[in-house]
Amino acid sequence: MVEDLLHSQPGILNFGIFFLLATVLLLVILGFVTYAILAERKVMGFMQLRQGPNQVGGRWGLLQTVADVLKLLLKEDTIPKLADKPLFIIAPVIAFAPSFIVIAAIPFTDKLQFADLNIGLLYYIAISGLTTIGMVTGGWASNNKYALLGGMRAAAQMISYEIPLVMSVLGVILLTGSLNLNDIVAAQENVWYILLQPVAFIVFIIASVAELNRVPFDLPESENELVAGFHVEYSGFRWAFFMLAEYVYMFAMASLTTVLFLGGWLPLFSFLDFIPGAVWFALKFMFVVFLLIWFRSTFPRIRADKLMEFAWKILLPIALANIFLTAIIKEIFKLL
Amino acid sequence: MEMLNLYQNNYLIVFVFLCLGILLPVVALFLGKLLRPYKPYDSKYTTYESGLEPFSDSRVQFNVRYYIFALMFVIFDVETVFLYPWAVAYEKLGIFALIEMLIFVFMLVIGLIYAWKKKVLKWI
Repeated sequence: MVEDLLHSQPGILNFGIFFLLATVLLLVILGFVTYAILAERKVMGFMQLRQGPNQVGGRWGLLQTVADVLKLLLKEDTIPKLADKPLFIIAPVIAFAPSFIVIAAIPFTDKLQFADLNIGLLYYIAISGLTTIGMVTGGWASNNKYALLGGMRAAAQMISYEIPLVMSVLGVILLTGSLNLNDIVAAQENVWYILLQPVAFIVFIIASVAELNRVPFDLPESENELVAGFHVEYSGFRWAFFMLAEYVYMFAMASLTTVLFLGGWLPLFSFLDFIPGAVWFALKFMFVVFLLIWFRSTFPRIRADKLMEFAWKILLPIALANIFLTAIIKEIFKLL
Repeated sequence: MEMLNLYQNNYLIVFVFLCLGILLPVVALFLGKLLRPYKPYDSKYTTYESGLEPFSDSRVQFNVRYYIFALMFVIFDVETVFLYPWAVAYEKLGIFALIEMLIFVFMLVIGLIYAWKKKVLKWI
């Protein structure tokens, strides 16, 4: 049915159907964000030998995030007098919208996916770069010293780590010969790229943590030196959208890592393929999310100067070397 | 025609996602507007500065290094723009393209080393 729909003449009806389906996905993602925040607090709680949320919604605090969101909804909205009002209002939207748009290109299983773009990977990278603009806009519009510093740091960090991120992926593209995410998963039928491209995987994970602005690379919002970085002046739901963007990106980045390096919906061994692809995808996805939470409670925040030097002096040369190593090895295999 | 429809539909989906991505904040903020209290008084709307009266302009001069990193970013991002199609078509291009790309990247690496030696990459 969906096949027919995809092959039909695009029109208002198609738009309507896609809109409904995308709304369902949006609700699923909001559900994920709700429980990802709870999971993060719980896991960090256990790792730090404490309980984590355990009051609202039973012993596991299952309704804690819901209560938090409702509280945010009822907060008074303040826009400082000195702020640049239009930019201040538009910044959370610029930060959030790309985080959701990138998910359009990600294949969850061979059937369950939205847009099957030929340039899927390039699309992801191009769109995800736009969030930086939202952060800088927010920082600048607040007219606050902490916010401006946080915004500048965010921009510097994200452009520095974008390059190793983009270059580490090139190894995968070289081996596949396509930017289509479906082709990339199909090429991992025999061996996952985490085994063929271990260096690329490590560079990618480090750079993606930096792109997500998570600990140990959370300098843009380091709460004990810049108060909260670029969103100091934001309150209520405007602030919530910056946080939402961060967690939706976590969803997108974990999905992308799964697709690129962990074989997407493919089973671990071929005799295990009676388990549906969606389950495999969910398992790998949850592993990556857990890894990100684990990082957060393990590593201390890195110093600003070390952060920039690490991107340019270590990650960039390694990523470049990896590309040419892959190309040369591929050439040698062709000769054999 | 079939392929064209498929292509257009795929980008229609992207457009739908764009609409939803903008619609959600707009709707949520509008709902919030109906629910949240509004009790303004002057001191609520001053800029936050750790409890002090805010002094001097907030749009402070910032470090020129940010600018240099932005320049470096542009150079290496353009490099990746060239690397992407190369990587996709590498299967067909073969060893000649590999050597060409090595020369190209080598020149950029010289630039990186130069910046490194000039201590541009050092953050103070």
